[in-house]
Order: sequence, then structure tokens, then C-alpha cells
Amino acid sequence: MTVWTWAGRAAKEPFVTAALPRPILIIGLAGLAALAFLLSLGIGTVALGPGRLLAAVEGRDVIAHVILVDLRLPRGLLGLGVGAMLGLAGAALQGYLRNPLAEPAVLGVSNGAALGAVVALYFGLANLHPALLPLLAIIGALTAIALLFALAGDVESPLTLILAGIAMATLAGAGISLALNLSPNPFAAMEIATWLLGSLEDRSANHVLLALPCVAIGVGLLLWDGRALDALTLGEEGAAALGVDLGATRLRLLAGVAIGVGGAVAVSGAIGFVGLIVPHLVRPLTDRAPSSILLPSALAGAALLTVADVAVRLVPTANELKLGVVTAFLGVPVFLAHLMRARRIW
Amino acid sequence: MVTLACEGLAVTLGGRIVLDAASAAFAPGGLVGVVGPNGAGKSTLVRALAGLLPVARGRATLDGRDVAAIPRAEMARRIAYLPQGQTLHWPLSVARLVALGRLPHLAPFQRIGAGDAAAIDRAMALTEVTDLRDRVATELSGGERARVLLARALAVEAPVLIVDEPLAALDPGHQLDMMALLRARAGEGALVIAVLHDLGLAARQCDRLLLLHAGRVVADGAPADVLTAERLAAIFGIRAWTGMVEGQPILVPLHRSS
Repeated sequence: MTVWTWAGRAAKEPFVTAALPRPILIIGLAGLAALAFLLSLGIGTVALGPGRLLAAVEGRDVIAHVILVDLRLPRGLLGLGVGAMLGLAGAALQGYLRNPLAEPAVLGVSNGAALGAVVALYFGLANLHPALLPLLAIIGALTAIALLFALAGDVESPLTLILAGIAMATLAGAGISLALNLSPNPFAAMEIATWLLGSLEDRSANHVLLALPCVAIGVGLLLWDGRALDALTLGEEGAAALGVDLGATRLRLLAGVAIGVGGAVAVSGAIGFVGLIVPHLVRPLTDRAPSSILLPSALAGAALLTVADVAVRLVPTANELKLGVVTAFLGVPVFLAHLMRARRIW
Repeated sequence: MVTLACEGLAVTLGGRIVLDAASAAFAPGGLVGVVGPNGAGKSTLVRALAGLLPVARGRATLDGRDVAAIPRAEMARRIAYLPQGQTLHWPLSVARLVALGRLPHLAPFQRIGAGDAAAIDRAMALTEVTDLRDRVATELSGGERARVLLARALAVEAPVLIVDEPLAALDPGHQLDMMALLRARAGEGALVIAVLHDLGLAARQCDRLLLLHAGRVVADGAPADVLTAERLAAIFGIRAWTGMVEGQPILVPLHRSS
């Protein structure tokens, strides 16, 4: 992967389009996320209109109440939480690595978490206790980051970190392939493959209780370093001269990504591209400083993933479409748009 | 009054000694130039003074305190540093870029205040980039960009300003402007240190020169005393014509001395 920056590329617009005033952007995106959440509560095999939703909340409609509390609410909350985490992690990593192609998967976090989950599935641990799979996934993500630290050492160069991350991602990917290869029967392989596609179907309140604290910690750690990311626009030395403690920034950032994305992937399965595309969708609406895209990316990620999760329920397919498949398809046009702008076609 | 000093300072990079036994003391008033051939250790010296490099031996001090013991954020408020050939990684507007200079003064999540905005405006006015404020910094000409980056450093309004080869991308007019600006900052009471390659400008505009060669400070004093014909020959390997014009020393490299 080449590490390229904006420095060499002259954008078409000579002036930074002042974009949207920040309060409008934040309120607008928060409104979108809220709307997506309501849609997620209402839409499904049994449609709950506004009237029935209200009746469910008040407890007048028992069936609707069960559907809402046991099925839709966990799914909606996870959509928001996982989406926000992935969007924010992508924005923070793109800022930190100064690379518009960065996302949690680049550092091997997603694959590490996926390998943890696959281990749980392969050895049948997932059947012993429902919490074992997500817990192993979180452990996988933390292990990946710990190894990343060991591999990259205290070198501040983003390239070193990316190389170490790719090594980790490849190693974890090889482990996943090995598990598929050695699966005792097709059903076990199918179970692993299905999990890897990523989904928020049939998630319970327990999943929410497991994932959301991780996401909260991750969001907190990643939002903390916005200023440091801005300073890194001037490179490591420029940032250090502006008073940034690079070591502490890196520790907070990578820990935030590992805990947050680890917790998110643990319950959702591997959902790619959200972390990659959301910052690109949001960036033109801001002043393009790395700190300015953090919160909007979290909100837009929450809205995007929740809407995608509503879409998989609406598309009529024999098996429910998996969320990870939808986000992967969404990723392609964003890449193409980037390519066309780089080639000045658009 | 701020003072910056180094005593027996040595820095190793990649196992190689790039600066050795450097001792000097700096006080405000007057522009100090750091000169020397490529690889002499000029940038290493100023980076170590700014606390940006680990020190192998000796120490660098700010107001008598070891810079390694001063918290990064405090160092950033005391010393504004402009590295050479700085790359910009995101297409920020000029105003946003210059505003980065206020980061050392802001607590986490604290917004830019009226005082910060005034400092940003002053820095942009001094470097004459106010008209560029809405332009994308990555799309400026080399000269415009150098001025914007200097504005970023000036916006810190630190008592110490260290600039590393600020003249590289500038035309003669802007080179003179840049030197005048640095002199003006020094005149206002700041401690200004500039790494310079243009010996002519260094001789004419600096009040004091530090000459480095092979990682050591070999001369420290008034430009005319430092840039002697013998040193130009021995250290830079050049012969130069020297004279006085309008009461200022002039130095023009003529040819290789060997």
C-alpha cells in the first residue's frame, strides 16, 4: 500500500469551500442518526408504525413491546454504536496516519477480533456461553494491537505502523483461513463464514451491554486527541514542536481503536469499509482538519450503518442479506469517486 | 529574559555522532545565524535546543532548566520552531494552518479565543499572508507557503523563535523580507536563531554567527570574525570575495578553493 498525501495533489477547487457551519453539520448528522434509529425500530418482518411503537413503549401492545425491547432496540442501538465506532476509528486513524486509505482493518484490529471470534466458533466455545465469542474477539483485537506495538517499536513513522499493521492483519487472516481449511464439517465452516460476513441480526441486550461500554471507552479515547491530530498535519516533528506528546497520543489512539473496534466487531462480525468511507463522505463538509471530522464521522457512521441495517431487512432475498456485504458494496463507489478525482475526470 | 544554552551537547542519530561537544549561550536581542556546510549538524543543533531530539551527552537548557525535563507543552509555548521543508498532510485553509500555532496555548477542547484570533491575525499581517487566508495551503506557491508556515510559527508568540532554512523557496525580495522580519522579531526582544545557507545574507543580516563543521561549533561571534577567508577555504572549500557596501559586509562565493 502506498502512503500518499494530499500535498502533491491540487484539488480542483481553488478555495476551501467553507462547507457547512459546524453546529448545522453536527445537528444535521445527529438528526439523520436519530431518524435511522427510529426507522430501525419500526422496520422489520413485523412493521411497527408510529402508533404501534408508541403503544409498545407505553406497554399497551404486549407483542409490539416484546419485539421492540428484545429485538429492535438491541439491533438499533448496536447499529448506532458499531457505526459510530467504525466511522470515528476511521477518521482518527486517517488523521493519525495521515493517510486517506487508513481504517481499523489496516492496523489488523478487525482481523484480530475476527480471528478471536473464529477461534471461539472453531473450538465450539461459542456454544458453551454466548459471551465467550465476543470476549475472545475483544481479546483478539487487543492482542493484535499489543503485537503491533511490539513490531513497530517506538518509531513514530506512520509507514512503520502501517507495515506492522498489515503484517498483523495478514497473520490473523491466515489464521482465519486455516480455521476454515481445517473445519471438521461444512456446517462449522458455514458458521464461521456467516459470522465473518457481519450482521446485527438477532442480537440481544447482552450484546449491547458487552459492546457499548467498549465503544464508549473507544469513542472517549479517540475524541481526546483531535488537537494532536491537527498538529500532525505538520508531521511528527512539527507536532512535537507544538507540544504534542507523540507517545501518549499513539497509546491513547491505538488503545481506543483496539477496545472500541474490538468491542464493536465482537458483536457485529467483520463489517468493513464503514471506517474507510465515512470520513471521506464527511470531510468535504468540514474545513478538512483532522479534528473537525471526528465527531461528524461518528454521527455519520452511526447513521450509515443503521440505514444499511434497515436496508438488509427490506431487500427481498432468500437468506437475509448480511450487513458486511452491503457496506462492502457501498465502499466501491467511494473509492471510484476518489480515483476519478485523482485522475481529474470529475 | 529568556536564555537558551547548550553545554557539551552531543547527539547521535542512528549510532553516528552528528553533533559533539557543542557549547553556546543565547540571549534575546540580535539575530543569531547558524551556518556550516551540508551535514555539519546545524539542524541537529537547533532541534536539540528545542528539545526535539534525545541528547547523548551534555545538556541543553532553557532559562537554566534542562529542556529534557520541561514538559512538551511548556516547551511549545516557550520555543516556536519552524522545521525545514515542512510537508502539509491535509489541504487546510491558510487561516486554519496558521491557527495551529495557537495549539500550545489551548487546553484540550478549549476553543480559540479572541486573544488567539488576534495573535493569528498579527502573524498573518507580519508575513503578508492575510489576503491568502481562505486559500488552500497545499496549493500555494513555494514562496507563499514559506510565508504561511512562518506565520504559523509566529502565531505561537513564543519568546524563542528557531527557524531552519527559512529562505529556501523564496525569491530575493522575499528573502530580504524574511530576514527583516526575523530581525524585527529579535528587535522586539525575542531570541531568534536561524539556520542559514546563504552566507551573504547571513553575514549581512545576522548580529552573530555560529559556524558548525563536522558536528562541532568551530566559531562563534560577529559575522566578519567568523567568516574569515581561512575558514571559508578550510570548511566550505570555497574562495569568496568580501567587501563592504553601504556599511554592510558583502560575501560572494567565487570558486572552489582546492
